Amino acid sequence: MNARVHLLALAAALAALAIVALYLKRSEVYLLTLWAVYVMATMGLNLTAGYAGQMSLGQAAFFGIGAYLAAILLKLGWPFLAVLPVAALVCFVVGLALGFPALRVQHHYLAFATLGFNVLVYLAMRNEEQITGGTFGISGIPRPTFLGIDLGGHVAYWYWTLGSLVVLGGILWWLLRSPWGRAFAALRDNPIRAESLGVNITAYTLLAFAIGAAFAGVGGVYYASLVEFIEPGPFHFSTSLMMLLAVIVGGSGKFYGPALGTAIVILLPEFLRGSSTPWLKFMQVWYLAVFGIAVVALMIWLPGGLLSIRERLDRKGGPQ
Amino acid sequence: MNELIQLIVSGTATGAIYALAALGFTLLWQASGTINFAQGDFVMLPAFTMLFCMIAGAPLWLAFLATCVAAMLVLGVGFKKVIVDPLIRHGVIPLVIATLGVSMALKTIVRAGYSAEAHQFPAIFPAGQFTIAGVNVSWADLGTLVLAAVIVIALQTFVTRTLTGRAMQAVAQNTDAARVLGIDAKRMVLYTFLINAILAVVTALLITPTYLAKFDMGDSIGLKAFFAAIIGGFNQTRGALLGGVLIGVLENLVGFYWSPAYKEGVALMLFLVVILWRPEGLLGKVEERKV
Repeated sequence: MNARVHLLALAAALAALAIVALYLKRSEVYLLTLWAVYVMATMGLNLTAGYAGQMSLGQAAFFGIGAYLAAILLKLGWPFLAVLPVAALVCFVVGLALGFPALRVQHHYLAFATLGFNVLVYLAMRNEEQITGGTFGISGIPRPTFLGIDLGGHVAYWYWTLGSLVVLGGILWWLLRSPWGRAFAALRDNPIRAESLGVNITAYTLLAFAIGAAFAGVGGVYYASLVEFIEPGPFHFSTSLMMLLAVIVGGSGKFYGPALGTAIVILLPEFLRGSSTPWLKFMQVWYLAVFGIAVVALMIWLPGGLLSIRERLDRKGGPQ
Repeated sequence: MNELIQLIVSGTATGAIYALAALGFTLLWQASGTINFAQGDFVMLPAFTMLFCMIAGAPLWLAFLATCVAAMLVLGVGFKKVIVDPLIRHGVIPLVIATLGVSMALKTIVRAGYSAEAHQFPAIFPAGQFTIAGVNVSWADLGTLVLAAVIVIALQTFVTRTLTGRAMQAVAQNTDAARVLGIDAKRMVLYTFLINAILAVVTALLITPTYLAKFDMGDSIGLKAFFAAIIGGFNQTRGALLGGVLIGVLENLVGFYWSPAYKEGVALMLFLVVILWRPEGLLGKVEERKV
């Protein structure tokens, strides 16, 4: 697909997403916004998992740090746009501090370090009641205004989130096209060759992980303002797991992989929850079992995720 | 002072259970390069299988034996043939992701198919405690410690002293060289999976009386097993034991002297400190990278 067709398709998709919101119910617009918010986090995770080839199982912790920072600072009266860089920076720095010891040794240690980190952050959210409100959480988080426009309405907030998602996507696109981003591809494809060509594997991987964490922090800020009430539950490590699986199922290392994967992981269960058809009601309870088995099957037959299906067909059908 | 010793003794017993789970994890990693994120659920499943057998009227010992057989078939042979064998050629990450999927599926199947509640599990050791030199020790802790020690020593002896055990080690260290020497590498890897399955059943037998049988009981055990394995040294069988006991004891101390709320975070902190200071683990040896 050449660049112009790509841009046109993207613009059409965005226009459709913007227009459809006018005809949807309030709860459906809320779900769409939730999807966009999670895509911010999974997009960052894709940088870590897809492009740098590392597993992070703590994305929900960074998402949560962003959300709690937003809840506290927005309630203190900070403007939304001032909270964003703070959340991004805090998550970036924490990411560096966590990733450094883990990546210095063995790269798959990052998975364990982030998993443990998520457990610790969750405990802190539950127990540090003076700051986080414990299990009661923090309520009454305000929605922002932008250039005097009130973004409190559900459609307005959806436009605001979608617009921000496009900007974030643009930043990621630019990062990946820069010489710095191209080093990733080299790294993932053959780390030892990349290293001998002068790419500092550890530094690049660490940076990718920390930037991925910063994206989650930004997503968390939008999340807090969307739901207006936060408690530790959504930031449990099982959310991290779902985020990682969203990236992998959609297609890790594919730019649109997280958007597709997050739709499957976040929207599908919500859709099932709302339905009353007997078969779908059965799926509400068994959804995760089916999903888990589907993930195993996907890894066996299509380890590159759903978006890699075309390459797979090309390779099979094309001349050997 | 007595209080401190008591905490250390009971922490050692808990740690010994972590060590058993970690041991299976280490064995799988050494022999086949499998990082099993469903390791904790491999403990949860036998706990429920034993529970079912007992509900059906079987005594505990029979339930245990039946579960061992079932575990060897499902968590040993089945896991290897269905998941590990087709995936291992894709590299580590797809396999890890698949085990995450397995973990999620197992938890949901138990929760949706049976129950989300925590279930009582009969203790294998008598209740009560005895006093030695002013320190109270429970029979359960002592029994756990002895049983875990026997299993670790037996396993260590098997691996280092018997021909099969040494062949397994050879495969773990260098599969190609072992194959050239006429060792049936596939069979040795299969043995490792079988041993892992039995270790999981024993871990379940020891830990479920205190932790109760619950669909997500594996989360915490699995996490401790990973950290114990890395802290001790991923490529050392003894390392898992040291790592497990260290975590068990420190958790008890932190829980008592500082805050029980942060007990679960101890393993992570210890892990970060150890890999900063001794990346290969406390007892581990530095491995050359395969190019």
